[in-house]
Amino acid sequence: MTAPARIHIQALTKYFGNRPVLDGIDLSIALHEVVCLIGASGSGKSTLLRCINGLEMWDRGTVRLDGVPIDDPGFGGGTLQKRIAIVFQSFNLFPTMTVRDNITLAPCKVHGKARAEAEKTAHHLLTRFGMAAFAARYPEQLSGGQQQRVAIARALATDPDVLLLDEVTAALDPELVGEVLSIIRDLKARGLTMVIVTHEMGFARDIADRVAFLEGGRILEEGAPDRMFLAPHNARTRRFLQRIIDAGRL
Amino acid sequence: MIRDATAPPRDRSGDWRTVLFPALISLVSIIAVFGALAWWVTSSPQWPRVQAQFFSLGDMRAAFPRVLEGFWVSMQVWLTALVCIGLWALVLAVVRALRAPLFAPLRLLVVIYIDIFRGVPVLLMVLLFGFGIPALNLPGLPNAALFWGGVAMVLTYAAYVAEIYRSGIDSVHEGQWAAAKSLGLTEWQTLRYSILPQALRNVLPALMNIVVALQKDVALLSVLGVRDAVREAQIYTATTFNYSSLLVAAGLFLLATIPMARLADWVARRDRVRRLQRTQ
Ligand SMILES: Nc1ncnc2c1ncn2[C@@H]1O[C@H](COP(=O)(O)OP(=O)(O)O)[C@@H](O)[C@H]1O
Ligand SMILES: [Mg+2]
Repeated sequence: MTAPARIHIQALTKYFGNRPVLDGIDLSIALHEVVCLIGASGSGKSTLLRCINGLEMWDRGTVRLDGVPIDDPGFGGGTLQKRIAIVFQSFNLFPTMTVRDNITLAPCKVHGKARAEAEKTAHHLLTRFGMAAFAARYPEQLSGGQQQRVAIARALATDPDVLLLDEVTAALDPELVGEVLSIIRDLKARGLTMVIVTHEMGFARDIADRVAFLEGGRILEEGAPDRMFLAPHNARTRRFLQRIIDAGRL
Repeated sequence: MIRDATAPPRDRSGDWRTVLFPALISLVSIIAVFGALAWWVTSSPQWPRVQAQFFSLGDMRAAFPRVLEGFWVSMQVWLTALVCIGLWALVLAVVRALRAPLFAPLRLLVVIYIDIFRGVPVLLMVLLFGFGIPALNLPGLPNAALFWGGVAMVLTYAAYVAEIYRSGIDSVHEGQWAAAKSLGLTEWQTLRYSILPQALRNVLPALMNIVVALQKDVALLSVLGVRDAVREAQIYTATTFNYSSLLVAAGLFLLATIPMARLADWVARRDRVRRLQRTQ
């Protein structure tokens, strides 16, 4: 990897109680790169993403954004979250707010953007995601796929440098998965740097520049998607992929 | 007669027999029960004396203006106390909900406060505050028993309401905290924009019950000599040895509490419908 690292993770270790859930993670994500994290449930994928976005503290190691540790005081007050956004499996939209207000909340209240300007950005994003007609609706009135599209718009409202996606299609009915995946493809085409946790292996192989396999809080193997899926070096990676194939998901 | 098994079952909701018949039965049984009760009470040899003492229309009419005046005092206390309780309880609940280590000592204070004020009978608090604090003659503070009695009610009720708020805050999904934090919101902003609106919506039915309970509990202030509806009715009783004024006060309270109770019911029903729709 010759391109400069946008995100650089070094020896990241985190314990819950005395059990390590992240056990010396080393990972670099270059500018415009899309990295997919795969691995069994409980392997630490969500925890890793949550550390990168500042939702969780860790015990050892460093996470850098453009060379600056993300626990630097300069990243306080929402600055880190403005530059590294995250989208969750369960959408987590604010149910008492309209779609528009969900998207403009952080720009207006955290970053002091003018309301009119924030609403213009929201409108652009919603239009791009085919949701412009729903700006005045409440999340409960939308389908899961629509809610997730709004959640992605909300995450992009501050124009972040990096987007973290944590199993964003896992809670969706199968017929709604496509509309969300196509948005993510569009984001890649625009050059957004992304870290994607997914169980959609076909999608991962298709969109990833690199795939990393996690188990027990460690990255056991990483590499180009074709090599990872067709010729994994590590026996555990092979076993994991075999289980996925047996379940009919690859 | 054999019905076609594939035919849809007949809709009987419009059938007058299915509607009217049960209603008729309940009406008849209500009249029978209460009629028997009335007959049993009025046939007691003491009834004429009781009737004169409690159900004298003349005394009711005579007592009415003063009792009504006192009732306005009760309702004013009720409304003022409601606002103060709602706000003070919110402060308590918010302090308790803030997670930053910085607030740990404050959180502990709130827990102690709630334990104390929930553990002592309201009446006792009203007496202690209403008689005790005016005796101190604190400079710069009002000395009226009404004021300090009201403060006691507010402090006590706020302890309960803070716990209701807290249950509402706890019922909001953890993902809401994560989402807000991931957007860079502070804890206070998270509460203000995400958690509290949902929490309040969730506990509205429980709050309505408190509103109704407080509406009649304000009568406790009469023990301090506050001239509310109960006190005025007692004054009438003391001068005439006739208790009909108490029934006037009771009637006025019912006029106020029954609509509130219906409203509380309606709010609870609407809340149930909303939750059902959401889980579909
Ligand atoms: N708040 C928490 N407290 C204790 N253990 C946790 C907590 N969150 C996650 N874990 C544990 O950490 C491990 C990794 O979890 P997670 O990062 O969610 O895995 P994944 O996203 O790969 O399924 C799991 O074993 C999980 O039980
Ligand atoms: Mg996970």
